[in-house]
Amino acid sequence: MKGRPQPPMGLLRRLDAIARAAFPAVTTALLMVLTSTPVGLPSALPAVALGCVFFWSVFRPAAMSPPVCFGMGLLQDLLGFAPLGTGILTLLLVHGLALRFRRFLVRQSFLVVWLIFSGFAAGTAALGFVLVTVLNLRLPPVAPALVQFALSAGFYPAIAALLTRLHRAMRRAEDLA
Amino acid sequence: MIRLSIPLRQALSRLTMPVLIAAAFGTMLLGKADTVLVERGRMALADTLAPIYAVVAEPMGALRDAVQDLRYLASMRAENLRLREENERLHRWQAAALAMEAENGLLRRQLHYMPEAQASFHTARVVADAGGTYARAVLLSVNPGVSLRKGQVALDERGLAGRVTEVGNRSARVLLVTDMNSRIPVVLEGSRSRAMLAGTNGQRPRLQHWPEGQPPQNGERVVTSAEAGVFPAGLPVGVVRWSEGGAPEVELYARLDKLDLLRIFDFGLTGILPPEAVARPEPRPRR
Repeated sequence: MKGRPQPPMGLLRRLDAIARAAFPAVTTALLMVLTSTPVGLPSALPAVALGCVFFWSVFRPAAMSPPVCFGMGLLQDLLGFAPLGTGILTLLLVHGLALRFRRFLVRQSFLVVWLIFSGFAAGTAALGFVLVTVLNLRLPPVAPALVQFALSAGFYPAIAALLTRLHRAMRRAEDLA
Repeated sequence: MIRLSIPLRQALSRLTMPVLIAAAFGTMLLGKADTVLVERGRMALADTLAPIYAVVAEPMGALRDAVQDLRYLASMRAENLRLREENERLHRWQAAALAMEAENGLLRRQLHYMPEAQASFHTARVVADAGGTYARAVLLSVNPGVSLRKGQVALDERGLAGRVTEVGNRSARVLLVTDMNSRIPVVLEGSRSRAMLAGTNGQRPRLQHWPEGQPPQNGERVVTSAEAGVFPAGLPVGVVRWSEGGAPEVELYARLDKLDLLRIFDFGLTGILPPEAVARPEPRPRR
């Protein structure tokens, strides 16, 4: 391999790379849409979005850039019925924080990551509560925020298991390429 | 792709986050300022996703139906058993009822029993709760052609509700049996012993003055008594329940907390009435 220039990227390989780069955003959006189907569990929508954004921000930040987070937040706000902008802000903040602590988080065991994610979930639930209060100028009931926190923390293992498998498969494909 | 120098690109990437957060706040303001736009955006997204939803709903619906079918099959056995048992019991009751009917016919023939005339009644809508002198009373709106009298009996669809106490041209007031001023002669159906039903302003009126040594039994049916000529005998009132304080109360059949229509019966009785009612000429001859 030494001394030989890298072969120029063919069309197929470029397509492959693009597909892989877009994969996290597309799966996240797809999961969100599936969750919000009437037969699904619409109230779990923020939990799914939060789990996906957190996971990809920590393990594959290149594919989950701030603009993508913005898009996911917008999608969440439009699919759900929270005031517009709350989802965007929370997901952006989660992305920023996860990115900052990513070097620490990547080395931890799943259990520790889960615990930290639960902290994130509590923070986002509280932030959402505050934002809804400010935007509606009315104190909303506390129960939905608690439910959202519980759903976020509870859904994370399932999401993480699925995404870890996908992540590994992608990494294998990248090693081969 | 535009070629940028590395420091510039780093600076740009560091700038994205604050800019996007500012944009998020901007979106919030936009959502607050222009709700129509947000609504339109949501509907556009829903329109786009509707086919996906339809596709997903198909298998989910099928699965749910299958599960429901299974559960239904499982419950059918138990249901069948229960129905068979019930059918048997009902057959026994039917036999008993037929025997009673025959016996009743026989007795009637022997006694020259004259059945009571069918009581006529008017329905009236309840338009207001309480008001007036009493704590538990309702105001009825009466059609102009209908003439009510004091002392007529008001029943809802399940049982005794009260008596008419005041009559106007288009309205009448009914004193409910739960009012403190209400005293109703009743009969305990099991022991045939007389008692008074006294209102307490609470949900359940109390029983008073039952015969010595025959206390009302829990669960016994309470019906009106013809004593004093105010009520006909046998109107359903309620069921005896002993309270925690050791007082016999009556759980009424009538749902007095949600009255909407009352039937005002004219049994042609003029029992004990307030004095001025006696002076007033009767609009209807006594039967």
